[in-house]
Amino acid sequence: MAVKTAILVGVGGQGAILTAKVLVNGLMRAGYDVKMSEVHGMSQRGGSVSTQVRWGEKVYAPLVGPGGADVLVAFEKMEAVRYALFLKPDGVAVINDYEQASATIAAGLAEYPAGCLEAMRDNFRCVVLPAAEIAEGLGSAKCMNIVLFGALAHVLGLDEIDWEQVIRETVPPKFLELNLAAYRAGRAAAEA
Amino acid sequence: MEKHLLSGNEAIARGAYEAGVQVCSAYPGTPSTEIFESLPQYGAALYCEWAPNEKVATEVAYGASIGGVRSLCAMKHVGLNVAADPLFTAAYNGVRGGFVIVTADDPSMHSSQNEQDNRYYARSAKVALVEPSDSQECIDFMKEAYAISERFDMPVIFRTTTNISHSKSLVRFSEREEHRCEPYVRNQRKFNCAPANAYRNHPKVEQNLRDLAAYGESCPINKLELRGSRVGVITASIAYQYAKEVFPEDTSFLKLGLTNPLPMGLIRDFAAKVEKLYVIEELEGFMEEQIKAAGIPCVGKELVSNLYELNPQRLREMVFGEKPVVKEPAVKAVPRPPVLCPGCPHRGFFYTMSKGRDFVIAGDIGCYTLGGAAPLDALDTCVCMGGGFSIAMGMSKAFAATGEKKKIFGVVGDSTFFHSGMTGAAEILYNKGAVIPVVLDNHITGMTGHQDNPGSGYTLQGEAAAAIRIEDVLRAYGYENVIVVDPQDLAAMQKAVDDALASAVPAAIICRRPCLLIKRIPHEKGLCVVDREKCVGCKKCLKVGCPAVMIREGRSSIDPNQCVGCTLCAQVCPVGAITRKEGK
Repeated sequence: MAVKTAILVGVGGQGAILTAKVLVNGLMRAGYDVKMSEVHGMSQRGGSVSTQVRWGEKVYAPLVGPGGADVLVAFEKMEAVRYALFLKPDGVAVINDYEQASATIAAGLAEYPAGCLEAMRDNFRCVVLPAAEIAEGLGSAKCMNIVLFGALAHVLGLDEIDWEQVIRETVPPKFLELNLAAYRAGRAAAEA
Repeated sequence: MEKHLLSGNEAIARGAYEAGVQVCSAYPGTPSTEIFESLPQYGAALYCEWAPNEKVATEVAYGASIGGVRSLCAMKHVGLNVAADPLFTAAYNGVRGGFVIVTADDPSMHSSQNEQDNRYYARSAKVALVEPSDSQECIDFMKEAYAISERFDMPVIFRTTTNISHSKSLVRFSEREEHRCEPYVRNQRKFNCAPANAYRNHPKVEQNLRDLAAYGESCPINKLELRGSRVGVITASIAYQYAKEVFPEDTSFLKLGLTNPLPMGLIRDFAAKVEKLYVIEELEGFMEEQIKAAGIPCVGKELVSNLYELNPQRLREMVFGEKPVVKEPAVKAVPRPPVLCPGCPHRGFFYTMSKGRDFVIAGDIGCYTLGGAAPLDALDTCVCMGGGFSIAMGMSKAFAATGEKKKIFGVVGDSTFFHSGMTGAAEILYNKGAVIPVVLDNHITGMTGHQDNPGSGYTLQGEAAAAIRIEDVLRAYGYENVIVVDPQDLAAMQKAVDDALASAVPAAIICRRPCLLIKRIPHEKGLCVVDREKCVGCKKCLKVGCPAVMIREGRSSIDPNQCVGCTLCAQVCPVGAITRKEGK
């Protein structure tokens, strides 16, 4: 098979790294060669963050440039727009319908752009879900990342992987039930 | 055998453990920091520490080598500038236990002030250079690096880049092999770099390099992958991974792990086997320059830029002219720059300084570099670790010459103070600088992700340690008026600045409040709320530059998910519309 690439983007602190970890653990169980890259450092201070996961029979580069990703998972909708150029023209975007102002916007130096979702839909196949609302409905905004993972799992269609078992082995036992519910809800939202 | 997913940094730590390394010292710096964060897991098998700076770390590790054990030090690329002094002389003296210096370069400057290519240090210092291209090689090549260090009697520079250090890939573990050295015997001839000894050492260094070059012709980390005879690629490090993806299946590769000295015989033979030879490397044409100087025709930097990090798409476009196909949505994203966190103790200092338009502020490297961003906009310069004090000093002498009247403050953090701020503080006092030194003491090395330092009271292992008091150091130097202030109290902060400026004796300011993200310290968090009836929409609260504070429908609004109740916005509100609720 050709090497596949997912790029997960968001704002520091949204839990994109844990989502990537669940994905990677499942891919490893299925026997794929896997590489993952993270951007650390300055990005932790409220900046834009990105993580890439690549898998296949043999993976060389740990990351791709613009036009190289099969799937984009955006934890925030303006970040979807920012990283859209990383998608292949036939790539799929999983987008959290969630808005978080950047410091530039909070300081009144710019307006949050209108029409992010529409602009993405005009260009790509998109799966849009209100992951933050779904997570809060399940009892904690913290499981938003696993709600998004559920939607991603649907899009990837790697049905040979038992994702619920992977989540059991990846998240702390204390939050297991919450995260399993989050996974199922995210998957259902994407199927709808 | 079980596979593990490790970052390059975690794999370097694992490699050091498996190689039997016993003493490790480092100063944190992105993208190298996680190497040492993953060493304490090996427990009593090895000693590891955070040193005050990279020069100290290198000296500690080299001292351990002289003492007879395998040793490791690690730093970001600019850290090697600080550590260059011991490196160059250790290269002349040679080693006892294997001695490896890890430098993690940062192409594209994700978290750095320049994108210097540290491979040139290996050539200049005349030491071996080893470059891994994934996490498994980080483990395997570490062991090879220690073997090289001992066999050829020299330090080894082990160089990664951000995408080696921070990328994760699958690895297999091996058992640790304990390293044994002969009992210690004093050897001044070898380890005292007095001129007469150094004079005799230089030819020995040259001979060791020639022997190492001969070894490189057949060593296991320089690999030939012969496919077709049409195109050949010589490459190393992360560029190998990109080139493997971009060049056609029938391309032959010479993939180098030992890149100084270059195996010129191997390269010459490889060049003779292919019709067209490329040299693919990130940043400078380090290998290409030497290959061309040896009279071997090749193509490299004519196509591949020396700016910024590479990726497969960029490399494909530069080598084969194939532009990636991208679609760009009609909507444009607004910048999302990193900012000081809500409740950051640095904010109170920078807000206070932002109001003094006659101030010049020489900054430094750390979270507080973000004090230069709008709307605080309260930095004039930032150059290097410890530069906050000494750059300010030079400006003060220039201003004395030009008649410029602005008051100058030099700013460093607590970790930076111990790193190299202390020497600048001595300089200001000794040479009568018209500078107010300011230490922003948040009890932690923040920007690199919370590492302890000589002022924090804890070691790398999290054990209690001596906490050196910055005010005691400054007073011992002769700063008679050391003002310690809580920067979150804006009235007190303003008074501290005024008092320091009015002081008849040498004055310094310590802004002291722990970073809110330190887990072991209990923080009194609260929540600030806006009374929208009282708010007049003057936007003064936006001037503190807190990401939790914004204007909605003409009135101030505070995001309860981000706010921690620091009250800076409440303190600047002229109509008392913002109040703090306890608990969160």
